[in-house]
Amino acid sequence: MTETASITTPGTSSTATSGPGSGEVTDTEFPVERGCPFSTPAEYEQIREHSPLTKVRLTTGREAWWIAGHELARAVLADRRFSSDRRRDNFPFVSTDPETRKQLQDQPTSMLGMDGAEHAQTRRALMGEFTVRRMAGLRPRIQQIVDQHIDEMLSSEQRSADLVEALSLPVPSLVICELLGVPYADHDFFQARSGPLVRHHTPSKVRVRIQEELNTYLGGLIDRKVADPTDDLLSRQIAKQHAAGTFDRTSLVSMAFLLLIAGHETTANMISLGVVGLLQHPDQLAMIKDDPEKTPPAVEELLRYFTITDTVTARVATEDVQLGDTTITAGDGVVISGLAADHDPTVFTDPNQIDLERGARHHVAFGFGPHQCIGQTLARLELQIVFDTLFRRIPTLRLAAPLDDIPFKSDAIIYGAEELPVAW
Amino acid sequence: MRIEANTDVCIGAGQCVMTDPTVFDQHDDGIVMLVTKHPEGEAAQRARDAVELCPSGALSLIEESGEV
Repeated sequence: MTETASITTPGTSSTATSGPGSGEVTDTEFPVERGCPFSTPAEYEQIREHSPLTKVRLTTGREAWWIAGHELARAVLADRRFSSDRRRDNFPFVSTDPETRKQLQDQPTSMLGMDGAEHAQTRRALMGEFTVRRMAGLRPRIQQIVDQHIDEMLSSEQRSADLVEALSLPVPSLVICELLGVPYADHDFFQARSGPLVRHHTPSKVRVRIQEELNTYLGGLIDRKVADPTDDLLSRQIAKQHAAGTFDRTSLVSMAFLLLIAGHETTANMISLGVVGLLQHPDQLAMIKDDPEKTPPAVEELLRYFTITDTVTARVATEDVQLGDTTITAGDGVVISGLAADHDPTVFTDPNQIDLERGARHHVAFGFGPHQCIGQTLARLELQIVFDTLFRRIPTLRLAAPLDDIPFKSDAIIYGAEELPVAW
Repeated sequence: MRIEANTDVCIGAGQCVMTDPTVFDQHDDGIVMLVTKHPEGEAAQRARDAVELCPSGALSLIEESGEV
């Protein structure tokens, strides 16, 4: 069946081109940058109203299916006929240019890019490190790290700070470095390098160089832990592989790389955006200040509202898949827009409103299906501790700049704030 | 109502444990472990939520005959 569609976007009057099985292409290139953390791009709403499944042109020039509906997003993410393998030719990257892709294709893949049995085996080796019980055991140490950083903020005479530098970035950075067993002295090294890796506009040469620097560092770190094991995740993974006779340095480097980048760039951005979201909604903030039991549902709502990873969830169809009236052809790229899915009005009432009592946990901010975030319990714990502690210890915290002047990462693969001037 | 857990597909996300630790637990390797197969009252509703939230499809609900 031939589909036709016309999606009107500001400044364009787009016409759809169509052919059997080709779907339609709009003039808007996706993803669209967020102008502000409090408005989902209008194009996301328009395309979802047209259809939860539309063929679009990506900013990289390629075509891919764009999934904007919540139910369909969960269905595709759980469907093993869609591959996560980033080495596949049609993988719908939203940022990487062909030259960089080629170089990155030669790198070993982390579990993020694995499928089926290979993915299950790799994830299973690591799952025990992130159980709810083990994460709960980290609470006292995370609390201590948060308190130390707030002590430092409070000791400053000018009663102001850049929250990103003072709290948002160092807290998750220290937590993930300690968990993995990266020496404290080296955490600045990661903080400086993880950011540019998840920006659309980072030149490919820089991206490749950073990747090489991190791989070299992590390889050396793993070698040191092989020689001299310590009590941390990396040493335990090395011991596990040695015991099974499957020691694989390359896979350990990929795993450490993934955990470090994921640990730096997600929680840090959610801390900054969450603080902005709470400060912009003082009535709701007062609620969680009065009752810490309201913080966990508040964290869920902030995760849903900002869905900072948006297009990280992308796949390639490995066979023809029928989704409703539409056939996704084997080899087609599919971008599952988490942001669009989590603002689907058929699932979340008034999705563009922050409602800290919404109590909805079925958002896809951590993805869905076999690849759902392995560190989600840790992320939730860090966010709960940070928000509770920050507003309890600095109840007069306020933004020190108008919202419009805050540099948000409009071009980032993982959305966030570059700097967040606050005062008290 | 009975809960079944398919430990072959569990990915250790921990969503079920967060939903109700009186019904769900994890082994040290992260795999789901049922504390009870027959949650009752409010725990039964939370177990339904957990099945809905489970990202891997490891959990399922079986309505048993004779239930009101």
